[in-house]
Order: sequence, then structure tokens, then C-alpha cells
Amino acid sequence: MASPATGVRDWFHERFDLEGIKALAQKKKVPAHRYSYWYFLGGMTLFLFGVQVVTGALLLMYYRPGADEAFESVQLIMTQVQFGWLVRSVHSWSANLLIFMAFAHMFSVLFLKSYRKPRELTWVSGILLLFLMLGFGFSGYLLPWNTLSYFATKVGTEIPAQIPIIGHPTLLFLRGGEEITGSTLTRLFGFHVAILPAIATFLICLHLALIQWFGMSVPPRVEAEWEANPAARREIRFFPNFVLRELMAWYVALGMLGVLAALFPWSLGVKADPFGSAPAGIKPEWYFLFMFQTLKLIPAKVLGMDGEMLGILAFGVVGAVALLLPFLDRTKPFNTRRWISGLACVFLGYMAAMTVYGWVAK
Amino acid sequence: MSSVPDASAAAPSAPPDLPRRRLVNILLGTGLLASAASFLYPIMRYLVPPKLPDLGGDSVLAAKLSDLKPNTAKTFRFGTRPGLLIETAAGEYRAMSATCTHLGCTVQYRPDLREIWCACHNGMYDLNGRNISGPPPRPLEAFEVQVRGDEIFVRRKQEA
Repeated sequence: MASPATGVRDWFHERFDLEGIKALAQKKKVPAHRYSYWYFLGGMTLFLFGVQVVTGALLLMYYRPGADEAFESVQLIMTQVQFGWLVRSVHSWSANLLIFMAFAHMFSVLFLKSYRKPRELTWVSGILLLFLMLGFGFSGYLLPWNTLSYFATKVGTEIPAQIPIIGHPTLLFLRGGEEITGSTLTRLFGFHVAILPAIATFLICLHLALIQWFGMSVPPRVEAEWEANPAARREIRFFPNFVLRELMAWYVALGMLGVLAALFPWSLGVKADPFGSAPAGIKPEWYFLFMFQTLKLIPAKVLGMDGEMLGILAFGVVGAVALLLPFLDRTKPFNTRRWISGLACVFLGYMAAMTVYGWVAK
Repeated sequence: MSSVPDASAAAPSAPPDLPRRRLVNILLGTGLLASAASFLYPIMRYLVPPKLPDLGGDSVLAAKLSDLKPNTAKTFRFGTRPGLLIETAAGEYRAMSATCTHLGCTVQYRPDLREIWCACHNGMYDLNGRNISGPPPRPLEAFEVQVRGDEIFVRRKQEA
């Protein structure tokens, strides 16, 4: 008795090497040790990205870019479209959690030293993805065209304009003109829904392919323990054991997104008025807050240099160090890599402190 | 390199018909199906566009008297759809929906035939909007015309 499912399976079987794929899936193993939980963060980031793709596509059904229409169309989504509030709030919540997860994933990889040879390029593609996610956050923030997003974008595009020579052209490129207008909106909309997703698709595929190629990294400390005592080595199968655990985490995350969106729906704010004054207490999204606060605190002149310039330069250096970290860390035994962990701790502490300071400061 | 299989790794070889396993599978399966439905239902509802207020109920300024000459017509916005305002050769005003009842093209007035013509599939209506030849299945919806001063207003015919 051949069921339809068997028929379909046989049809594919005759054409593709399903046994080979199955064998590959069964061969893939995930190391099991006391730090294994950190392996879930990357998958969680990927899942939230998927949520962004789905809810973003849904928002596109009603969103209209344009200074006269953007705010009204988001208002329509929030008030008229059935479950529109849910879709938009899930998109906003998921965006914030995604950036949080991407940072958490990065720091976990950093502290577990997973970036070391041979996984340098996995790290580099991951850092580029993190920058890309920040770009998604920045470009998506303006799209509802409210006062807060209008001025945040104004300030945000003013910052790179401070860089000598390339500053002003960068501002023109980002704004599509001298000022924030409808052209800025269509431009950032284009970045948000076409250009950045295209780059992200490529980088995510590369990142996943590299992870598949090299397998999961075992932290040096655990590796040393396993080498001393080979009987202690533990692994679980990727399929189905690890996948099922990951799916369970995703399922819980989806439920949490629904709860957050229902209890704390994202507000729409007031429609942007390009000729109105900036309201008091204007702040960027939390993930830009530590940079925003730093730039606020730097004096106008430091050792004869422009303070703003110095701050931007410093963040540029931090970004470059983050990107090239695996190439800076060339020492062989793992215990001499402490300075990197120390540096990361200092930076993490600085980020957290500045974010909190920026949050409570007037 | 030794790998330690954990409990669930042995699952595929276990007999599938244990009653307790079946019960657990049914419980898990219905739970997953129910939650999938609860995720998909809002999305389905979201995709149904909201009903926007139809502005066609109020009267709409269709044209000025000077816009039209006898035996001509013009289209105007009636809510979200086009309307057709005709001044007949006798100088009477007629207004109706300009959406062909066949497949929704916008119709036009043919001064040479003194009839309303749909270019898409050669449908014909008379000056009262009645379908007289070609594929249209129903007449065009007729509207009420009011002339106030030098302005022509059109509104939906009031029931009763």
C-alpha cells in the first residue's frame, strides 16, 4: 500500500541524492559542554530576522513612503487594518530584540574565542551583519515619519557629515538632498526594503555556509580539558536533537513577541513637522544611545582637536578593531588571549554604563 | 573521538505504536496545530484590506456649467471611482457610474452615436445607462444631478 507521501518521496528519490543529504544531516554534531547554551543565540538572531522579513513584508502591503502619506499609512495600519497594531508592534519589538541578540551573540563568540583560526571570516561576516542590522534599525526608524524619528534621523545623518572631505557627500547620499525631506524618506525606504535585505541575504548565506563548513567551535578551555581527558568529550546530533531544542526556543520567542506586542504596543507619536522645533528629551534608539551620550559628553575642543571629530574617530577605531579582531589575536595558547577578553569587558561595561546614563540623563 | 548518543537519538528505531507515545504525539500535534492557527489567523485577517469610508454618498461637484456643451460629456471623481456626466444634445444632464458592469473598464460618451461605449469589449449603453448591446450584463448605476448656480452636483439616488 503506497501512500501519496511515499509516492512523492520516491519521486524525489529517483532524482536527487536524498540519502547523501540525510547522511550529512546525521553526521553533523554539536559539541555539548557547559557553555553550549551560547550556541543558541546565533540561531535566535536568525529567527528574529525571519520574523522581520515576514512582518516587514506584511507592513509593505499597506505602507506608503512619502512625506504626505507615510505617517497616515502607518496610522491606518495601527487603527484600521485588522491586527495591524500586532504586525507593526511585533516588527518593532522583534527589531529591538534582534539587535540585542546580535550583540549578545557577538560578545558570547568573543568571550568563548570562537573567532580564532580557522573561523576568522565567520567572525568578519558576523560583524558586517551586526553593522547591517544597525543600518536596518537606522533606516527603518524614519519610516513612520514622526517627530522623534525625524529629528533622530536629522542628528544621525549630521554625525557622519563631521568627517572631513567625505562628510558632506555622505550626508547628501543619506538624505538625498541637503535637508530631511520626502526624498530622504524614499531613499531610506529603498535602503530598508531593497538594498540592505539584498546584502543581508548574501551575508547570512555566507555566515551559515562558513559555520556549516567549519562546524561549531569548542571553547579553548573545554578543548584543553577534552584533550587531557578524551572520555569527557560530549556531542549531540544536530538533527534532530539540536534543531528541536532550537525550535523550542524559537517557539517561546514567538510567544514572547506576541505578549510584548499585545501588552506594550509601539506608539506612533506625532507626525513630523520639518518646520517645528525639536521636542525636549530627544533620543535615538537604545542601541545608538551609548554613542549619542559619548558625543554629548565630549568637550567641544580636546587637545586642539574638534571634540565631535575625536568621538567619531574613536568609534571608527572601535568598529575597525571589532572587524579585524581575529587578525589582531595571533597568540597561540589560549591563556595569553586575556587582553582581548579584558578589552571586551571594558567596552561592554562602557556601553552598558553609557546606555543607562543616556537613558536617565535629561 | 567518541560520541555519546542521548535518549532521543534512539527514537526512530522505537516501535511507533506504543499507546502512550501516540497520546503524547496527539497532544503535541494538536497543540502545535492550534498555535500555528493562532499565528496564521491574525495574518489572514491582516491581509483583508479595511473598508474605507465611501465618499460617494454625499454630493460631489462634478463640473461647472461652462465645462460642458450639448452632446459632450466628462468624467469626474465619485468617491473612489469615476463617474460620467453627460449633457445630451437636448441640453439635459445625466450622470451615472462610469465603471462598465462587464469587467470594470471606464466607459466613454460617443457623441457620434449618442450612446455610451466601453472600449474594452465594445459594450454599449443608452443615455439612461441601460445596457443595449455587447457583453455588459447590467445597466450602469444612475446618479441624481442637481444644478446649483453654475455648478453641477451629483449624488447617489436616495432609496425610498
